[in-house]
Amino acid sequence: MVKTDVMTPFVEAATPPGKTGLWWFLASEIPVFGGLIASYVVLRLGSSGWAEAASHLNFSYALINTFLLLTSSMTIVMAHAAARDRSFGRASLFLGATVLLGAGFLGIKALEYSGEIAHGFTPAAGIFWSFYYAMTGLHALHVLVGIVANLTLWIDAVRGRLARHPHRVEVAGLYWHFVDIVWIFLFPLIYLS
Amino acid sequence: MSRDFHSVHSEPSGFLRRYVFSTDHKVIAKQYLALSMFWGLFGGATAYLIRWQLARPEAEVPGWGYVSPDVYNALVTMHGTIMVFFVAMPFLLAVFGNFLIPLMIGARDMAFPRLNMLSVWVFFLASVTLLASIFVPGGPASAGWTGYPPLSAKPEYTGVDWGLNLWILALALEFASFLLGGINFLTTVMNLRAPGMTFFRLPMLVWMQLIAAVVFMISVGPLIAGAVMLLLDRIAGTTFYLPEGGGEPLLWQHLFWFFGHPEVYVILLPAFGIILDVMSVFSRKPVFGYRPIIYASLVAGFLSFVVWAHHQYISGLDPRLAMPFSVTTILISVPFSFVVFSMIATLWGGSIQFTTPMLFAVGSLGVFIFGGLTGIFNGSAPFDIYIHDTYFVVAHFHSTLISAVFFGGLAGLYFWFPKMFGRMMNETLGKIHFWLTFACFILVFGPMHLLGLGGMMRRIANPLQYDFLKPLEPLNLFITIAATVLILSQVIFVVNFVVSLVRGKAAASNPWKANTLEWATASPPPHENFEKIPSVYRGPYEYSVPGASDDWLPQDRPLADAGAAAR
Ligand code: HEM
Ligand SMILES: [Cu+2]
Repeated sequence: MVKTDVMTPFVEAATPPGKTGLWWFLASEIPVFGGLIASYVVLRLGSSGWAEAASHLNFSYALINTFLLLTSSMTIVMAHAAARDRSFGRASLFLGATVLLGAGFLGIKALEYSGEIAHGFTPAAGIFWSFYYAMTGLHALHVLVGIVANLTLWIDAVRGRLARHPHRVEVAGLYWHFVDIVWIFLFPLIYLS
Repeated sequence: MSRDFHSVHSEPSGFLRRYVFSTDHKVIAKQYLALSMFWGLFGGATAYLIRWQLARPEAEVPGWGYVSPDVYNALVTMHGTIMVFFVAMPFLLAVFGNFLIPLMIGARDMAFPRLNMLSVWVFFLASVTLLASIFVPGGPASAGWTGYPPLSAKPEYTGVDWGLNLWILALALEFASFLLGGINFLTTVMNLRAPGMTFFRLPMLVWMQLIAAVVFMISVGPLIAGAVMLLLDRIAGTTFYLPEGGGEPLLWQHLFWFFGHPEVYVILLPAFGIILDVMSVFSRKPVFGYRPIIYASLVAGFLSFVVWAHHQYISGLDPRLAMPFSVTTILISVPFSFVVFSMIATLWGGSIQFTTPMLFAVGSLGVFIFGGLTGIFNGSAPFDIYIHDTYFVVAHFHSTLISAVFFGGLAGLYFWFPKMFGRMMNETLGKIHFWLTFACFILVFGPMHLLGLGGMMRRIANPLQYDFLKPLEPLNLFITIAATVLILSQVIFVVNFVVSLVRGKAAASNPWKANTLEWATASPPPHENFEKIPSVYRGPYEYSVPGASDDWLPQDRPLADAGAAAR
């Protein structure tokens, strides 16, 4: 009863390994932020005094930052579209814009942190501040990594080397969207509630 | 085609590139093997010290000296940490996953060979960090391998300062290494399978590695976040786990066990993969219920995420939660019983060959049944409240872990040793090793249940300080002697391993007459694994096919040569 003798034609996944790998990487990142966010929500629901602490946050900075990140998600999509159409000049323009917007985000975040610390709201100032710095800090680190990734691609684009691996723009874009989506969760949870 | 992602490179020639900074998955697997064997000996030594301290709490440990309570706490912490994260994980996942996945799916290497090299070096760094933590002022971590706060959250509480910080760092590096490894495993299997290798033609081992990688990936994230919080509490003055600053010590327990319980399946599933593959070969029968086993393992993997609070029945958890968590816990025994029965059914009526790997595989099954049964007791809250934190629990988890790591892992090592090193191991020594290990295991961990039922708590340096534990001292001495023999019997293995490595009989490419693709290439396989990427025609377990001329039918043999006799 040798029934499995027919060789099934092998259908190769069209996805390059880099993209599959990045999807799994993102899958492993979601529980990290998920665990942090869930801890924050559960502890916050179970205790009082957090809203008072949260009222010392600078809402306008956060709003500007939200706007910067959302715009940068758009520019990286445009960079991807340009790279796919093989117009690498446009791609480098949009990659550069993405890098600048990300850097702007970090700059404003630094202003925000220094203002808070100047008012005595350090990570040791209480449980709300512990969470605030851990969550936004971990996110900021991810922004930094994204900036470095986009910057290397921008350098490649400027030097005319992007043509060899245009699909990397898509991979970097996926990561950048993830960073953006995390912020979309953090912003209301921290600043709006 | 899959091959296009890998151009064929000639083997690098320099010593460093070949053996140290190698990107070859086979070399990387051996590097993990060396590291896990080092840690295995280290972990065994801590077990020796722990046991002799318990046997004669007021006397010196032979060959070492007096063990103070502080040192005892550090020993217990290091033992648990080392065994779970630095022996079980690298041995079962990294060694077998790295060595076998590309060979079994017919690929030339992993999808990301350089990332693979990075994983092993990050793990090496984690090892160095953990070793360093032993020598910093204040000594190594001593808050238990579970690191519960508030004990772990402030240096003043244990007197351990940098030891515990480095412990957290070592674990963080370890997690990073295995996350990278898991991403590599998953991508490799999704993208680089040989022509004809469909998902349902993958050997059990590959499936189990994949499920374990996904379970690890999902469960470890919250603990990574939790570990960052713990480190911040210690060095940045935050108060995540400190009630005086509005924090909550229980939060750590939830994050830890949301990882901790799935983690035991991350260790167990690859061992199941090994056992099923070995059993099928040596009973010359297909694995019984190939697809249902895969589904059952997926179900168990899923359920493992909703049972974590069974570790917290007496931690101040809302008592109304005890019932739901008892139910989910006991529910897990359903898919696992299914796998166990499949193993028995695989053996049933087979022409069994009791080689050393087969002995270890069958031993693993026996020990696992033993440990699984006490697990049902632990899972039900009314019973667990009584035996929680006693030696009953210690006996339980050693039965399951030793079943996986010791018996399962060694079954795999004896089985694939010829493929890894191109030489056979000595069967007689292997069998002596098995019987001594098996007998001593029963003598050590069987009576340990009685210690627990007698009320002896775990992580206690001197049971004699309680009158009611004094009568248990002879039993403790007995267990210690058996444990010493158990540890010493491993010398037989080490000797066999080393001697076979240099002087063993040369291995043929397929010494066990097995079907899967790793046996279709030379032993040891050449740098690029296969001269020509094989084509796959069938599933991995076509043994004793009625009417076929041989009792095995390799996955890559076209039916034309399988003999017209096949039909
Ligand atoms: C040579 C065989 C072994 C012996 C004799 C042994 C003995 C012990 C003893 C006496 C303890 C202390 C229990 C306590 O007082 O809390 C212990 C704890 C532990 N062992 Fe083992 N062990 C062995 C192998 C292993 C293996 C192979 C693993 C896992 C893969 C393992 C995992 C653990 C863990 C997780 C703990 C808990 C540590 C803690 O409480 O923090 N052990 N072992
Ligand atoms: Cu559990």
